[in-house]
Amino acid sequence: MTLFGDPSVWLPLAFAALMGISILVYVVLDGFDLGVGILLPLGDEDEKDRMIAAIGPFWDANETWLVLAVGLLLVAFPVAHGVILTALYLPVAVMLIGLILRGVAFEFRAKTSGTQKRRWNQAFFAGSVSASLAQGYMLGLYIMGLEHTPASIAFGVLTAFCLTAGYGFIGATWLIIKSEGDLQLKAIRWARTRLWGVMLGLGAISLASPLVSERIFDKWFSFPSMILLAPLPLMSGMLVFIIYTALRHLPARDDKWAWVPFTATAVLFFLAFVGLAYSFYPYVVPEKLTLYESASAPESLFIILLGALFVLPVIIGYTILAYTVFRGKATELRYD
Amino acid sequence: MEELLLSRIQFAANISFHILFPTITIALGWVLLFFKLRFNATGDERWLAAYMFWVKIFALSFGLGVVSGITMSFQFGTNWPGFMETVGNVAGPLLAYEVLTAFFLEAAFLGIMLFGASRVPNWLHTLATFLVAFGTTMSAFWILVLNSWMHTPVGFEMRDGVVHATDWWAIVFNPSMPYRLAHMLLASGLTVAFLIVGVSAYRRLIGDRTKGVRLTLKTGAWLAAILIPLQIWAGDMHGLNTLEHQPQKVAAMEGNWQTSSHVPLLLFAIPDEEKRRNAFEVGVPNGASLILKHDPAGVVPGLNDFYADDGTVFHPPVAPVFWSFRTMVGTGVLMLVMSWATVFMMRRKGGVDALNPWLLRGLVAMTFSGWVATLAGWYTTEIGRQPWLVQGVLTTESAVADVPAPMVATTLAAYLIVYAVLLTAYITVIFRLARKASDTEGTRPHSGAAQVALVPAE
Repeated sequence: MTLFGDPSVWLPLAFAALMGISILVYVVLDGFDLGVGILLPLGDEDEKDRMIAAIGPFWDANETWLVLAVGLLLVAFPVAHGVILTALYLPVAVMLIGLILRGVAFEFRAKTSGTQKRRWNQAFFAGSVSASLAQGYMLGLYIMGLEHTPASIAFGVLTAFCLTAGYGFIGATWLIIKSEGDLQLKAIRWARTRLWGVMLGLGAISLASPLVSERIFDKWFSFPSMILLAPLPLMSGMLVFIIYTALRHLPARDDKWAWVPFTATAVLFFLAFVGLAYSFYPYVVPEKLTLYESASAPESLFIILLGALFVLPVIIGYTILAYTVFRGKATELRYD
Repeated sequence: MEELLLSRIQFAANISFHILFPTITIALGWVLLFFKLRFNATGDERWLAAYMFWVKIFALSFGLGVVSGITMSFQFGTNWPGFMETVGNVAGPLLAYEVLTAFFLEAAFLGIMLFGASRVPNWLHTLATFLVAFGTTMSAFWILVLNSWMHTPVGFEMRDGVVHATDWWAIVFNPSMPYRLAHMLLASGLTVAFLIVGVSAYRRLIGDRTKGVRLTLKTGAWLAAILIPLQIWAGDMHGLNTLEHQPQKVAAMEGNWQTSSHVPLLLFAIPDEEKRRNAFEVGVPNGASLILKHDPAGVVPGLNDFYADDGTVFHPPVAPVFWSFRTMVGTGVLMLVMSWATVFMMRRKGGVDALNPWLLRGLVAMTFSGWVATLAGWYTTEIGRQPWLVQGVLTTESAVADVPAPMVATTLAAYLIVYAVLLTAYITVIFRLARKASDTEGTRPHSGAAQVALVPAE
């Protein structure tokens, strides 16, 4: 266990990295299926079925990444889990009820018709929107240091709307890959309008986090880190430009380049996440608790790590398998 | 105090709602594998029809299980931060293994199991069905390891008020784990057996005479009739194990105040904690001594051993444990009578067709009897652990979060409304699916695509 030096240093760090990866994968994957839920009322009856079919085989596994992320927070940083979730009590409850509603609406709408089905469609939309808003609000509050001041609440409301726009955006880019014809044209239009919300959100978070904390300000705006970090905002700008251009020219002949907006957005989310992680390291509760202070005992972390190293490759393997089996344009979803 | 009670009710509401669905999916996964393997072996369309019908109910139950399970992983932090702070070093790895080995296995292969039959080779679809069943069972294994450890904690030491694991083998195979695991897996099997029998009986009653329904009714009835005696035996073993490790729980289950021999088995009583005695006792002489010690003169522990002279109580609240235990046992006895009666009548001339419509109606009424028994059983064991959260290590009161009571009341009300709506919708949809299947099957053959895709490999 002394292979990499002091296990009470590298184990918490390894778990913070694993947790970070889970959150990132969750935001991208459940982001697109929450996004499709947010866009649902914009499609007509037939399109609604195809929109749902585009996320059908994936949403269960996508949502599991949230369980893994919160699970890692719970098992590796138990003290932080308590502090963060108690501070975010109400938005967590809103998110959970939202996730419950959309998750079950998915199953129920497929087994009903007429008015009943319309009602479950509405529940699916309402659940997706409230879960997204709650997650955005929590993100904003976390950046503001989990304080309940009018300013931080206002910021939370702003990030709530921006993250919802962001999910709608990545949902639209997913639909561009999985749909064709009119629905694809619509998805391209939806993506175009929501791109502005994404940019507003990225800008607001980039401005707010250094302003809230002097420590974060110094981390970004001191020499030489300023130069070393420059590629981060530059690449983000470039990606936004690529997405913007792609959306103006899609759809291309033979459905070429349909994957570009989604992939570029995933990379953009990745960069934004790296930026946030860099800002907050080594704190897991902003400015209060570092990940070293809140970590479980090294022996327990080591046991979990063994399991994680064995299982993670398997998870990645069959995630790829599932996405390969259900690749291509979404077809009617049926149990055979 | 108020926030403690509200938080407990909220946790109970969440976990009660959650457990309904894993109780179905754990065993239904294996039943689906059975249907699939029978179809692979015989090529008989009826097995495929059974698979296709029940996989829909599996999907519905699984979806409800996933979303209500997510709530659970947040509840620890929002309402019970003291739990992970104190025992996180043991609970953490166990919960992690639950998520890692099981949750992912189910969620990822579920897509292929539900929607992939026409997209993947038949063997891969069968394999996916197996992995989903295996995953749900592993999920149950890890959670029951943790729950059992909370009842019979071993393999740890306390350092600065925090639990540190010393022996993982002892933690995983803690004294009550094998009994609790067996009891829960059998409970799942019985819940599914009665669900299948109930829905099939309903389809017979609305005039469905297809062979497929006859087949599922038979499968379910035999499953129930075989599992119920096993369950009664496993429950008895589990009770003896509890007597050894948590005598105060058994004392509450029996409603026995004074430690003594020749203790009666109480069929009815109203336990009164103020006066520390029972009112309106009706009992079988020596019954409890016989069951617990297999000897009429056996000494059964009493609640007064866990009561200090200054009025401090170290035993669980008596009435809820006493009554949930009787609800569970009563439902179990009813299950025994109904399943054996059904199997007996089926074996007469005429088979399923000769079943009395009143028997069928009774079976429909018992469609969700497994839920009643399972919940009652869990209330017995979990309320029976109070005032401890982890027996002898951590009290429930010291683990609760400092969230204002009105806030907990608000979220509790919201959860309860959502759960009531979803439960109604779930039950309604199951019977609607049954009606729909009975309306279409028999008149219309199965879709051509499915037949082409699922012809078993020669």
